[in-house]
Amino acid sequence: MKTNDIFQILIFVAALTLLTPLLGKYMFNVFSGKMNLSTKLFGGLENFIYKILKIDSCEEMNWKKYLWSVLIFNFLGFTFLFILQLIQYWLPLNPQGLQNVSPDLAFNTAVSFMTNTNWQSYAGETTLSYLTQMLGLTVQNFLSAATGIAVMLTLIRGIKNKLDDKLGNFWVDMTRTTLYILIPLSILVSVMLLSQGVIQNFAPYETVKTIEGSEQVIPLGPVASQVAIKQLGTNGGGFFNANSSHPFENPTPFSNFIEVLSLILISASLTYTYGLMIGSKKEGWILFGVMLFLLLCGIFTSLYSEYIFNPVLSTASNMEGKEVRFGIVNSVIWSVSTTATSCGAVNTMHSSLSPLAGMVALINIMLGEIVFGGVGSGLYGMILFVFLTVFIAGLMVGRTPEYLGKKIEAFDIKMAMLAVLIPNILILVFASVASISETGTSSLGNAGPHGLSEILYAFSSGAGNNGSAFAGLNANTVFYNITLGIAMLLGRFGVIIPVMAIAGNLVKKNKTPVSKGTFTTDNYIFAILLIGVILIVGALTHFPALSLGPIVEHLIMKSGVAF
Amino acid sequence: MKIFLISAKFLLLMTLITGLFYPFFIFGIAKIAFPNKSGGSFIEIGGVKISSELIAQKFDSSIYFQPRPSAISYLPMPSGGSNLAPTSLKLRNKSDSLKKAFIRRNLLSENTAIPPDAVFSSGSGIDPHISPENALLQAERIASARGFGLDKKNKLLELINILTEQKQFGLFGEPRINVLILNIELDKL
Repeated sequence: MKTNDIFQILIFVAALTLLTPLLGKYMFNVFSGKMNLSTKLFGGLENFIYKILKIDSCEEMNWKKYLWSVLIFNFLGFTFLFILQLIQYWLPLNPQGLQNVSPDLAFNTAVSFMTNTNWQSYAGETTLSYLTQMLGLTVQNFLSAATGIAVMLTLIRGIKNKLDDKLGNFWVDMTRTTLYILIPLSILVSVMLLSQGVIQNFAPYETVKTIEGSEQVIPLGPVASQVAIKQLGTNGGGFFNANSSHPFENPTPFSNFIEVLSLILISASLTYTYGLMIGSKKEGWILFGVMLFLLLCGIFTSLYSEYIFNPVLSTASNMEGKEVRFGIVNSVIWSVSTTATSCGAVNTMHSSLSPLAGMVALINIMLGEIVFGGVGSGLYGMILFVFLTVFIAGLMVGRTPEYLGKKIEAFDIKMAMLAVLIPNILILVFASVASISETGTSSLGNAGPHGLSEILYAFSSGAGNNGSAFAGLNANTVFYNITLGIAMLLGRFGVIIPVMAIAGNLVKKNKTPVSKGTFTTDNYIFAILLIGVILIVGALTHFPALSLGPIVEHLIMKSGVAF
Repeated sequence: MKIFLISAKFLLLMTLITGLFYPFFIFGIAKIAFPNKSGGSFIEIGGVKISSELIAQKFDSSIYFQPRPSAISYLPMPSGGSNLAPTSLKLRNKSDSLKKAFIRRNLLSENTAIPPDAVFSSGSGIDPHISPENALLQAERIASARGFGLDKKNKLLELINILTEQKQFGLFGEPRINVLILNIELDKL
């Protein structure tokens, strides 16, 4: 580890910590309908949207109505993107004349973008037209991110409000999030990326004659606008196959810094927004602290692992799959951040990471995408773990568990367990099926324990709605397109539905006043308990599989054996 | 049924705003503020586009600097890396032979420390940069392949020095040198 590495990590953490309260406060104002600069710019548009929808923006919904709106709206978004891919050949803005996408791949991609996973079975530059990238992928990048935030808002309102059944208005939450948060930030980030050399055009691919006289086809497209939201919305689906390692998506170290900060910024800031919404900034900072601690553990473990001498390749700095302009440390900051959040964009090929760095990426996803996590989904996932921790602490001292004055009862815990278990079950069941079937293993790109890691990673990435990959695995087969599609769907809505059920249940309850015996959750002891619960649940579920994959690979590598 | 109608209308509006208005708005800014960069940073020699400054191209000849190895032979349709594991036999054989070739080609001694970027392929397959160490190890061979005298050889070393990009703003990333630009300037020596 060089001083320079530590320095670059410090800059990243400092920028993140400084921006969190700023953006957090701004988002709080947006969600509570206060005026700001953006409302002055887009306020007319907001009211126009409500007028077209013929809705009353003051009318709130109960949890069932809100949930139906989420489900139906997402279903329509999926259908639109699915059909768009099936007919892209006949539509405009397709200068390369790219063919219609096959139905299984179109299904996979549509589910993937609707669920905020953005798994890349497709290769952007050879599969999708400019129109599909814009109308399909970019739009879902915005809407799936906004959906995550909307669901999170219902849970917070469930905790905050009492003796009620109203959780807000889905359309209002979606509109405000998109217009006042996602679009302004995307424009800002796009412009910064443009200044670094990210492309934005609608020209046909350029065929150039190189200096030595051979031909090279260079794909182009409206990249900057999509990269900005793919990072900010923790989506992660690249415009190009190589994602943010492609020089047109991420040309300089500074563009890399902007992108890696963007992919974590909203999720981090939401902890502060949360603190303001429930009326205790400290509660928000405790969650931020827990997340940052787990993130830094990941970064330092990965960095350490990358610098271990690898006798197989006789090197202590493996540059396979990495770019010179980023070097090892920026590849590692990114690989940990993109898996801790549910972004899944990559600037380095995860499959070629050293075994333990690959394992950190895998564990981040397996923990349930709660270390900052996806926008909105990270926070609601983390709050589920808060419930579990409060419950376990309550059992230890023999009192009814409470969180912020709300009694956490059997129904809430059942739902929380369901939401925690569903993604884990999906990972283990699908990965076991794939690793014992001919169809599953015929896609492997690497032999030995790394092969198991590839399969494990694919289903973790799907069920956790991350979208990054150990891309040695050829996932563009009917088997993987369909099974991963199902994992993504259940991994997303298998959490959203229980979360909203909890929100609907909590909002009905009264608040118990704070007394001497109240279990407080805004202190370090609680933070340590929370970290313990997260790690125990994650470790108990996944340690056996991890020990057969990356752990054994690490040990074998140290003895110099290759596969 | 009412929710379906509202959903459909909302999806339509959002598709127009985020799927059409937003990308074209960014396109407008790009056209005005960054016309060359947003077009792909293409380099023209004598009116002919020879490539983008940001995309690596193949250089085989011994009179040019070689870029990093590419898993896609520098043809980004589509872009990508090898995705080979750190315990992959294939990767070991590949990097071993690339190392030997690099030593042979540049007439280096067997135990020279070869910079990892010279033997491992990039993630994108079109990484436009190499490390300054990599460039310096190739300089001697290029000078002799071009029949450079001492004077020109010094100019070559100076060129490497000038074209080496340090950390951006002194903070971000790693030192690097753009192979295409280096080779274009090399031809001008």
